[in-house]
Amino acid sequence: MAKIKGAIVIDIERCKGCELCVDACPTDVIGMEKKVNSKGYHYAAMEHPENCTGCVNCALVCPDAVITVYRKKFED
Amino acid sequence: MEKENLRLDEIIREENIVFKKTPLLTDKVFSYCPGCGHGVVHRVIMEVIDELGIQSETIGISPVGCSVFAYDFMNIDMQQAAHGRAPAVATGIKRCWPDKYVFTYQGDGDLAAIGTSETIHACNRGEHIAIFFINNGIYGMTGGQMAPTTLPGMKSSTTPYGRDTRLMGNPIKITELVATLPGTYFVTRQSVHTAVNVRKLKKAAKMAFENQKLKKGLSFIEVVSNCNSGWKMSPIQANRWMEENMLPFYPIGDIKINGNFVKRN
Amino acid sequence: MADIKLMKGNEAFAEAAIRAGCDAYFGYPITPQSEVLEYLTAQEPHKRTGMVVLQAESELAAINMVYGAAGTGKRVMTSSSGPGISLKQEGISYMAGSELPCLILNVMRGGPGLGTIQPSQSDYFQATRGGGHGDYYTPVLAPASVQEMSDFVKLGFELAFRYRNPVVILSDGIIGQMMEKVELFPQQPRLAEFDQSWVTTGKTPDRKRNIITSVDLDSARQEKHNQDLQKKYQRMRENEVRFESTNCDDADYILVAFGSASRICQKTVKIAREKGIKLGLLRPVTLFPFPAEEIKRLGRQVKGMLCVELNAGQMIEDVRLAVENNTVVALHNRMGGMVPTPEEVYHAILQKFSIE
Repeated sequence: MAKIKGAIVIDIERCKGCELCVDACPTDVIGMEKKVNSKGYHYAAMEHPENCTGCVNCALVCPDAVITVYRKKFED
Repeated sequence: MEKENLRLDEIIREENIVFKKTPLLTDKVFSYCPGCGHGVVHRVIMEVIDELGIQSETIGISPVGCSVFAYDFMNIDMQQAAHGRAPAVATGIKRCWPDKYVFTYQGDGDLAAIGTSETIHACNRGEHIAIFFINNGIYGMTGGQMAPTTLPGMKSSTTPYGRDTRLMGNPIKITELVATLPGTYFVTRQSVHTAVNVRKLKKAAKMAFENQKLKKGLSFIEVVSNCNSGWKMSPIQANRWMEENMLPFYPIGDIKINGNFVKRN
Repeated sequence: MADIKLMKGNEAFAEAAIRAGCDAYFGYPITPQSEVLEYLTAQEPHKRTGMVVLQAESELAAINMVYGAAGTGKRVMTSSSGPGISLKQEGISYMAGSELPCLILNVMRGGPGLGTIQPSQSDYFQATRGGGHGDYYTPVLAPASVQEMSDFVKLGFELAFRYRNPVVILSDGIIGQMMEKVELFPQQPRLAEFDQSWVTTGKTPDRKRNIITSVDLDSARQEKHNQDLQKKYQRMRENEVRFESTNCDDADYILVAFGSASRICQKTVKIAREKGIKLGLLRPVTLFPFPAEEIKRLGRQVKGMLCVELNAGQMIEDVRLAVENNTVVALHNRMGGMVPTPEEVYHAILQKFSIE
């Protein structure tokens, strides 16, 4: 069965740690990193990448356009 | 875990990109607070201009308020207008360049308080422009004072005990107001607090630019948004509060499409 | 063949606007300049040249329409009278800060407040000191005839684009309303090309994006911007001073007057000369930049100067600064719409300088 897998890449330096992407993710992929970027913000990161479907919700609500979303179909 | 990492390597490749920052946003980091809706609206407008391929024909106008420096982030020709005067500035441009795309980007204080006259008359003349109106019920840049759209009872730095409508009047629903004018061709209210709403805003924004080709009147898009700093909430709390308090008062949806009122239940 | 017509000053200004290839006029009615908008709408210049004419909802809107259009490189203008010009100061300041060219006609009436619709020159300070907030100047042209109401449109646009700055034509209710013969200049083409180094007409791939703004929160950059503006105003002072001298060469006494007051003074000079008094007239044509050097030079030559103004005495401050105490500077003025006769000015000369 074919499976859609997604992934996101966060522009860490531009992330302001607002957590809206965490709230928007329907599959609980995203969490906040304990580390901070050079501005002092805890930035978003993929905590559970295996759950990501590449639905783009996180990128759509991101106020700082820091999320790039990838999606690929895998034939298992 | 190893298998997962292997998979990520396969997924995170140029050819698999389904969403990335539009090149019509500059590299400058938004000056807005974390979680502020301005960034989303900026991005949506720039995505639409990019997708329509009209960067070389578009002139934007930034207001006075938090988004005064919108021109730092929008990679297009822009003018910065005096407080409230953006619709007049847009009129001046559009009348001289009727085939260009012209839009204003204004907050609630700019558009519905100091610029009420310019807003209403640009709408009434049916200028073939788009107005993006960001309503977060507060003056963000000056430090959270009452806006014309501040809800009854809502606290701000100039209504510290809540907006008393007997003293301060009621919030203005300017979007409903301009919809009554024959000059408006498309009037809608949207929000950006969920992915679904962002998608809807983008559809509306696209229509606002495409309408300019028709020359049938003004497109007016209100975006109900948050001001978590001004509201003194976390971004997530602010969105929830907005949903529970702002949206019942400022309901989302199209009010007028193609010059006709939309029937609402 | 010369195109000569009998016209009101306001009409000559409006006709000259069309002929100068003006792209757009945005205005709001106010006495005594409403003929400008009326003439333009009657002429339907969109049919003659494609010029845009729009009656705005307020002076605030009108000047900001000018701002928007000027920011795209177009030749744009507006007109008003004192109370309306006060409202327009916001936009004029923004245009000075953003370095946008435009032409603004002020057909002055008496103030303060709503004042009177009768002629006055009470906006001299406002016009020559910038007018709105912030450190800036605008070139100010003071027409003294219907002919100049026409000619200064062309000159005004030239200056506006040479310096990328608003230019004010400071007229008054007499010059605006009176009818005189005027030789109109031939139709000029509207602008076809725009300076892509600064106009906001849409960013094309071959140029950087352009931004029209007057805000910069970086103090060092803002200071530099202000210094650059001041250099520009200095260039205006060095290159754009205009004045008209009548019988000044051998004069013992000099009248200094601009606009309609200078017309009255011309007659006074004749009267005085007939009576054997060597009287001359210096008429500043540009009020900013002010002909300070010429007045300073004359100050060393004459026994006294009389400023004749239709206000409480505003230009006299510039005249006194210019003469550097080399001569006596007196004032004869009327206000509130009252206008002196040439004889009245003549008697003022006799009295102020104790001429027997």
